[in-house]
Amino acid sequence: MFGLKADWSLDIKQRYFTLGDYIGGEPRWCPGCGDHAVLTTVQRICRDKQLPPEKTVTVSGIGCSSRMPHYVGTYGFHGIHGRALPVACGIKSRRPELDIWVATGDGDCYSIGAGHWLHAVRYNMNMTVLVFDNSIYGLTKKQTSPTTPIGFKSNTHPKGAILAPLNPLTATLGISNVSFLAQTIDWNPVHLYETIKAAHDHRGFSLVNIIQRCPVFSPEAFKHLQEDPSNLLLLTHEKGIPVEKNILRLFPNQQEHDPSNMSEAYDVALPELPKPVGLLYHNPEVPCYEDFSSVGKDMGVEEKLAGLNTALDQFAI
Amino acid sequence: MTKETSQPVKNNDATSKTPKRIDEHIVEIVSDSGEGAQKAGQTFGTISAKMGNGVWTVEIIPAEIQPPTRSPAGASGIRVRLGSHYMTNMGDAADIVVALNEQVLYSRIATHAYKPGTVILLENKWETDPNPEIREQYKTAVAEFRENGLVVHEVPMEEECLKHTPKPRLGKNMFVLGMLCHIYSRDLERGNNEIEATFGRKGKKVVEINQNLLKAGYDFAQGNLDYWYEIPPWKRDSTDPLIVNNGNQAVGLGVMASGMDLVSMYPITPATSASHYLAEVYDKVGGFVHQAEDEIAAVGFAIGSSYAGKTACTITSGPGLALKTEFLALAVMTEIPLVVVVVQRGGPSTGLPTKVEQGDLLASLYGEPGDTPKIVIAAATIEECFHFVIMARKLAETFRTTVILLTDANLATGVQPYPRPKAKAEWMAAPIDQSDWKKGVPPFDWDEETGLSPRPIVGQAGGQYVLTGLAHTNNSKVAYDRESNQRGCNMRSRKLATLYSTLKPPKIHGDQEGDLLVVGWGSTLGAIEEAVEKMRAEGHKVSSLHLRFLSPLEPGLKEIFSRFKKVLTVEINYSDEADAPLIESGNRRYSQLAVLLRTQTLVDVDCWGNVYGQPMQPGLICEELFRHLNAMKGEN
Ligand SMILES: Cc1ncc(C[n+]2csc(CCOP(=O)(O)OP(=O)(O)O)c2C)c(N)n1
Ligand code: SF4
Ligand SMILES: [Mg+2]
Repeated sequence: MFGLKADWSLDIKQRYFTLGDYIGGEPRWCPGCGDHAVLTTVQRICRDKQLPPEKTVTVSGIGCSSRMPHYVGTYGFHGIHGRALPVACGIKSRRPELDIWVATGDGDCYSIGAGHWLHAVRYNMNMTVLVFDNSIYGLTKKQTSPTTPIGFKSNTHPKGAILAPLNPLTATLGISNVSFLAQTIDWNPVHLYETIKAAHDHRGFSLVNIIQRCPVFSPEAFKHLQEDPSNLLLLTHEKGIPVEKNILRLFPNQQEHDPSNMSEAYDVALPELPKPVGLLYHNPEVPCYEDFSSVGKDMGVEEKLAGLNTALDQFAI
Repeated sequence: MTKETSQPVKNNDATSKTPKRIDEHIVEIVSDSGEGAQKAGQTFGTISAKMGNGVWTVEIIPAEIQPPTRSPAGASGIRVRLGSHYMTNMGDAADIVVALNEQVLYSRIATHAYKPGTVILLENKWETDPNPEIREQYKTAVAEFRENGLVVHEVPMEEECLKHTPKPRLGKNMFVLGMLCHIYSRDLERGNNEIEATFGRKGKKVVEINQNLLKAGYDFAQGNLDYWYEIPPWKRDSTDPLIVNNGNQAVGLGVMASGMDLVSMYPITPATSASHYLAEVYDKVGGFVHQAEDEIAAVGFAIGSSYAGKTACTITSGPGLALKTEFLALAVMTEIPLVVVVVQRGGPSTGLPTKVEQGDLLASLYGEPGDTPKIVIAAATIEECFHFVIMARKLAETFRTTVILLTDANLATGVQPYPRPKAKAEWMAAPIDQSDWKKGVPPFDWDEETGLSPRPIVGQAGGQYVLTGLAHTNNSKVAYDRESNQRGCNMRSRKLATLYSTLKPPKIHGDQEGDLLVVGWGSTLGAIEEAVEKMRAEGHKVSSLHLRFLSPLEPGLKEIFSRFKKVLTVEINYSDEADAPLIESGNRRYSQLAVLLRTQTLVDVDCWGNVYGQPMQPGLICEELFRHLNAMKGEN
């Protein structure tokens, strides 16, 4: 009938997840906060990829952005400041089948959690890490963050930030085993979607630095990027983030960049302006730590008992 | 052959044709590090255990990593206490010491390891050393030792070893082992077997050289030393097989037996060797050791795994415990099962990394800001290091909380035979539940009376919840209202009351009432009970009890305490002496268990301890108990 195959029903998924399945509590972010866009994007990707909500975990630290798990309908882990990554890695270590999203802030990831960031890149466990980089400490009300521009006035540096900001892109590129690094902006929903989706598609540790507006505490930090898109550099490449024509129009500066080219990635990442937008680096071949850490996870009790007995016997007298 | 200066080598056993039968002895081998003293001592301990003796072995660890040779700070070696009974501690002064140079003995003498009459078999090559300074040092030391009552025999170990190997520094330990084998009537064949097992991989030649050295030491002792003893086997009630290992290996075995398949750690002495051991064998049970970037990450990683349904363990020592506190509070707040093994060392700060202290009890109970009720237990023996890990996982999962298992450097490096555990399937964690979560059941479905609740595991459809360290409702929803926070705290605290209600009062060692009750916890068990037995044999009304549960405490303590005139804790941690300058009842700082007992029982519990970094010794405890008994007499 209607040309359908007789066994068509076998092809259909038993469960179909709607957007509603990925919606948790009502977001409490300020109006105009860039976090809203990231949240809805992640929810759409979950729906589009039909990720079972019970097999998906959203992990975060502490900060405005780290509230994200509360707003997602998956399992969630809203932990402690700076430590989302060790928790996420631990979850993955013995349960590699779980899908892990990490939401973390520029303070959470690049300051208090900096050690974990470096090492999580090295572990290269398969997870999608979204750094909500608003160049400020939002939750605690406007203190200087590692990515706050020099001279920017905050409550801890009322005369202006003293130090040059940390460049999370060049820093990440310098870590061995880096396998996926992208940057995007919260105010271009299409690019945001495509970038996060590509990050999720990658098997390994995908780090996306999301330039995220905080209209309350750091609007000045993004104004020049929004008002003058020539301060951005769109990275294009067939292996990069797919961009449609109507998006291309929005970026006066563009550069063809092969994401497998590390030294070019570094060159693109280095200048303060223009800020690169797109896939900086991608290497799908880096081994994932869970391939080692999960060995033996399904061993049965009998085999374990035998193993234990062998171990005990080594101490027999 | 041995030098007969002021002391004849042949002692009064010289004429005997049979070895002298003794009940127990304490033997030490002391040297610069890298001379294999520990290997020789461990092998001697193993042979002795195999021949049926009770054995307690403890390493003597140099104070520095790369100490200069021939320096007191470099004293490295091992103490083996062996006897015709079950051995539970390292005892007091040594009976026979083999020393490869005289300088290392100074640090042992400073720690009161020897007594007048302790026999020292001393390498004599230093007497003819080309360096006149060394010759002088040697001469002075030997004279000084003898003046202080040590029985020094100068033994040409190097000279004897040179007959069998051009590199005596490498093989001298086997010569030493050989001497001890003769002195204590050990089967040489067992020694040969141990050498085979140790050096077999290095080839026939190496085995042969070592076996020759062993034989040479044996023959030398036979021909030249008149110390010849027999220590009959310990008469055990059971013929069940024994195993012998140290406390950290026991912890590692316990982790495997518990079914926990992830240990997440960061290296720290004296905890690390547990993970070394696991790293070697863990794959046999499908487990994995994760070396994290720091202790914070180590516990976070473990918590992640536990959250996902695979209860994990992190193993650390004091400074690591300090770093883990914020995560421990999260685990308690969010009711994630977690096992933390703390192998205590001397503190505060970097403290005494290789030495023992029981200084982390209060940090374990109260280390986190806010109210963080968790279960704290302490292993008192090496065997308990094994079994308590299994118990810890079960408690963690049943009570949905953090369990801290305290051991210490004494247990970690002490070696003792104990009944081989019979591996049981029920020890192991069950496979994680992935069935659908029951509709309508909140993630914290607290039983109001017990505080207990079932836990949704990632993968259970319908169980999705967001774990949060913020104050939360039973639905794990962030809640800042007054009732929610109060209720959460109540529920978490109630779990300890629930556990308490299942515990039995502790057993009293000795009479059920009397003058003095000694209370201990952790590795001091053997020393305390030995001291108490000595005192009781002399007619004193002294008993002891030893706590395994520190949070919650075991029940019935107040009532038990009421049956004794005085209660005294003996602990290896700091307390002000009652009669120290400026100290009065209002400012005296008590030992850690004493603090707990005083608040919980309102009994005027006294305490005694020290922070020498040494295991408790029965003799020292006896002296202290005498002091208290005499003072009590004075008061009457
Ligand atoms: C151990 C600890 N230190 C400090 C804090 C306070 N604190 C909470 S969030 C935060 C900074 C958040 O900034 P960021 O990570 O950039 O997240 P944002 O709020 O900007 O999204 C700080 C300092 C804390 N919760 N825990
Ligand atoms: S303070 Fe800034 S980052 Fe936080 S919710 Fe408001 S707008 Fe967003
Ligand atoms: Mg921020």
